[in-house]
Amino acid sequence: MRITCPLCGERDRREFTYVGDAVFLERPAPQAGPDAWDDYLHNRDNPAGETRDLWYHETGCAAWLVVTRDTVTHAVHRVELARDVKEGGHAD
Amino acid sequence: MRFSGLRVLKEGLTGNKGWAPHWRDPDPKPEYDVVIIGGGGHGLATAYYLAREHGITNVAVLEKGYLGGGNVGRNTTIVRANYFLPGNSEFYSHSLKLWEGLEQELNYNVMHSQRGLINLFHSDGQRDAFARRGNAMVNQGDDAILLDRDGVRRHLPYLDFDNPRFPVYGGLYHPRGGTARHDAVAWGYARGADARGVDLIQNCEVTGIDVSGGKVRGVQTTRGPIRAKKVAMIVAGRSSQVAAMAGMRLPVESHVLQAFVTEGLKPCIDHVVSFGMGHFYISQSDKGGLVFGGDLDFYASYAARGNLPMVEHVMEAGMTLMPMIGKAKVLRSWGGIMDMTPDGSPIIDKTGVEGLYLNCGWCYGGFKAVPGSGYSTAHLIARDTPHAPAAGFRLDRFRTGVGLMDEEGTGSQHNLH
Repeated sequence: MRITCPLCGERDRREFTYVGDAVFLERPAPQAGPDAWDDYLHNRDNPAGETRDLWYHETGCAAWLVVTRDTVTHAVHRVELARDVKEGGHAD
Repeated sequence: MRFSGLRVLKEGLTGNKGWAPHWRDPDPKPEYDVVIIGGGGHGLATAYYLAREHGITNVAVLEKGYLGGGNVGRNTTIVRANYFLPGNSEFYSHSLKLWEGLEQELNYNVMHSQRGLINLFHSDGQRDAFARRGNAMVNQGDDAILLDRDGVRRHLPYLDFDNPRFPVYGGLYHPRGGTARHDAVAWGYARGADARGVDLIQNCEVTGIDVSGGKVRGVQTTRGPIRAKKVAMIVAGRSSQVAAMAGMRLPVESHVLQAFVTEGLKPCIDHVVSFGMGHFYISQSDKGGLVFGGDLDFYASYAARGNLPMVEHVMEAGMTLMPMIGKAKVLRSWGGIMDMTPDGSPIIDKTGVEGLYLNCGWCYGGFKAVPGSGYSTAHLIARDTPHAPAAGFRLDRFRTGVGLMDEEGTGSQHNLH
């Protein structure tokens, strides 16, 4: 698996650290209630197929990335800066 | 059909023509008392103990592929009871006791070999932690012996004891730990369940779970609808997909764990050796192959195969610990799909739907749990109360924060176990 960092280009998977589902970009409000926090922290769609997750380009540019990829084939479809996704407001 | 030495001798002399299939191949009936989704080790064991312990025999096990074709056939076959935390400790202790009587119980050779397991440590701090773990195991009634460096050397003379990064300080020896023949466990339970009237239905994929009025009514399958009073989802590796059919989202993320086997060699590794600091463990199969593995690839995956960085890491760790295996040729590697929970411990529980039960989240430790898991899940289904040794495996512990079982002490969060 190789990941194309928007800043550094295509790099070895070993440069990146997997963090988890991109749900982490949508932190609930502090008073959102236990169900919202349980969903945020624990419950996952966990799809067999296309998924979006957060990676950290640890030994590269240190950018946080949203990677859209396939959990069955390991194909990487799209890599975006988490900053752009978050500020662009289309994290879903 | 019972196996015995006399029978094997007789069949051997008469061309092995008298053996019959081990189980029937029935068509699904329109209704069962209990439907178990998943014909792996845990599902088959659950069906067996439902019949054996609770007299519930109007049961179907639905398997989308063939029996034992999932993780029960893809693991590294290690059986142990060396857990530390209350909740885990009594469960795996119970499971190991079931293992010890399993071959007589099932009249099936599961090749359970209690060859002993040694967890190595490499610092004073780790020695303290293992001494504490060993005491917890002894308090649970299991066996643990703290070995010093020379004690390890007597068992495992081939290790690189003076490795500069990970010198061997000693090990925690668990003599009752060992291995078993993974396929045979699934087959033994399948045969035992079938003999007691359970229908084992293969090539039957569940496509929907019927729920109305807060109660489960049955399942939709590729071989037609089946009504059921109770349904159990026992499909580690696909838990999220099956639970979604009942409208549930689980605290599970699926990860790939790789394993490797070499060509067959003369006996050289007599134990199960675990090198936690290098994320490496190894044993030798009865056929002679060195069976070994490491840690997760650490990204969500259903691919049943991993990537090369972890292959390299595992090989490096093996060479660090026991350079003597360097010339062994690796024949195969493969990956299994692990249901990873936030705290690294499993779930055996009721759900929000009446009559619907959940068994999942076995992380990378499901094989040794097969007998205990089946026993406890059968108890839960039959009596609607948790079986005492599995009473800690609650689904709501993540939401409430009460009763988390974080064996590694790294935190109850995905991707930390």
